[in-house]
Amino acid sequence: MNDATVQQLATDVRRGDRRALARALTLIERGGAPVRSLRQALSGYGVGSLVGITGAPGAGKSSLTTVITQELRQRGMQVGIIAVDPSSPLSGGSLLGDRIRMYDLAGDSGVFIRSMANRGQYGGLAATTLDAAMLMRAAGFGMVLLETVGAGQSDVAVVDVADTVLLVEAPGMGDEVQSIKAGLLEVADVIVVSKSDRPDAPATLQQLRALVRMQMDADDVWSVPVLPVSAVQHTGVAGVVDALVGHAQWLQTHPATWRQQRRQLLSLQRALEAQLRDAVQQLPGWTTALTQLGQRDSDALARQLLEEFVVSGFTKE
Amino acid sequence: MSEVPIRVLVAKPGLDGHDRGAKVIARALRDAGMDVIYTGIGQTPHMIVEAALQEDVDVVGLSILSGAHMTLLPKVATQLREAGLGHCVIVAGGIIPAEDSALLTSQYGIDAIYGPGTNTDEIVAFIRATVAARRATS
Repeated sequence: MNDATVQQLATDVRRGDRRALARALTLIERGGAPVRSLRQALSGYGVGSLVGITGAPGAGKSSLTTVITQELRQRGMQVGIIAVDPSSPLSGGSLLGDRIRMYDLAGDSGVFIRSMANRGQYGGLAATTLDAAMLMRAAGFGMVLLETVGAGQSDVAVVDVADTVLLVEAPGMGDEVQSIKAGLLEVADVIVVSKSDRPDAPATLQQLRALVRMQMDADDVWSVPVLPVSAVQHTGVAGVVDALVGHAQWLQTHPATWRQQRRQLLSLQRALEAQLRDAVQQLPGWTTALTQLGQRDSDALARQLLEEFVVSGFTKE
Repeated sequence: MSEVPIRVLVAKPGLDGHDRGAKVIARALRDAGMDVIYTGIGQTPHMIVEAALQEDVDVVGLSILSGAHMTLLPKVATQLREAGLGHCVIVAGGIIPAEDSALLTSQYGIDAIYGPGTNTDEIVAFIRATVAARRATS
């Protein structure tokens, strides 16, 4: 694809052409030089905020994404959705099933849903989703919802790129200690207790509110709301959307809290790890190292690869 | 710059809820290294075309056991073309009599139809070959 074609595609995306947006999203997934051209042509266009929706598998992320989108549509906003599901580590293929639960959004021309496989990547996926959100914003979507896999390191990396992090906790799914271990509570800007029609929901709500109060910082004036939602009964949804809009507005006047600085630092660390790993895997020594697996100590192998990397001199792709 | 996996939309048009076949195909295609977007049951042609457009798929797989295939399959094929998605390979499966199959593939823009008992390797091979040919010409 030549640069003139990419420029035309960027223009079409800005006009809100859905087919162009879909094709541009494929380019993003493919990577390489066209992505940089797209970035240059489109960064700065669009004003929507990116909301990362995360939580354990089965917590209710897809259902919540659906009801939040319906509420945003009622308020006259166009919504982009990026739904990430895991790739099969064996075949590299994927089964992307988030659309099943988003049935009620199908056919609405004010909604654009794109499913993405995580390809087992760490930092890479974060970059891809950030670019995808940039495209959707440029195409005029007022809010982009990024629904994550729900587990693992790639998930936390994706959360790092969002403007607002929404954590979904189902009632009775283990205890609050699970949330502390997962480390997601720290980065959450809005916490939702899903399935609030269940009898054990109030207890979960209370526990999470106590935890959030505990980690409140004096100079951090955004107070993280903990809100109950039932997607089945369709209650509490307006409150969540108010919180998301409220946080987006709050960010306009508070660009650099410790929470964001910390998130940016984590993001840099992950990007560094990912890029270093990718670069090392390009070395001739990587293939050799793979043949020595199990025969030599992993630390020694890693050390040798790092030395080879330093000697090779780093060149841009 | 890397080649992305073949993207396939698997959908069930119409009103029958028998999705075992669609799920078996979805898994087989995933195991063959493809990205499979599964929409579930009860899809109208409009919903299928919208999903195919948003997901920028190479292949649309349609499973239908209700008997409404002569109405729904041509509608999906026509609407895909109207939406500028004429490059999509359309593969159908389900309970479709041989004479209907012949009509659908010769006159209504369906690329291939597979009935019960088809070896999934055959479907995978067909999709790979057809998508490779269309990607090369686009």
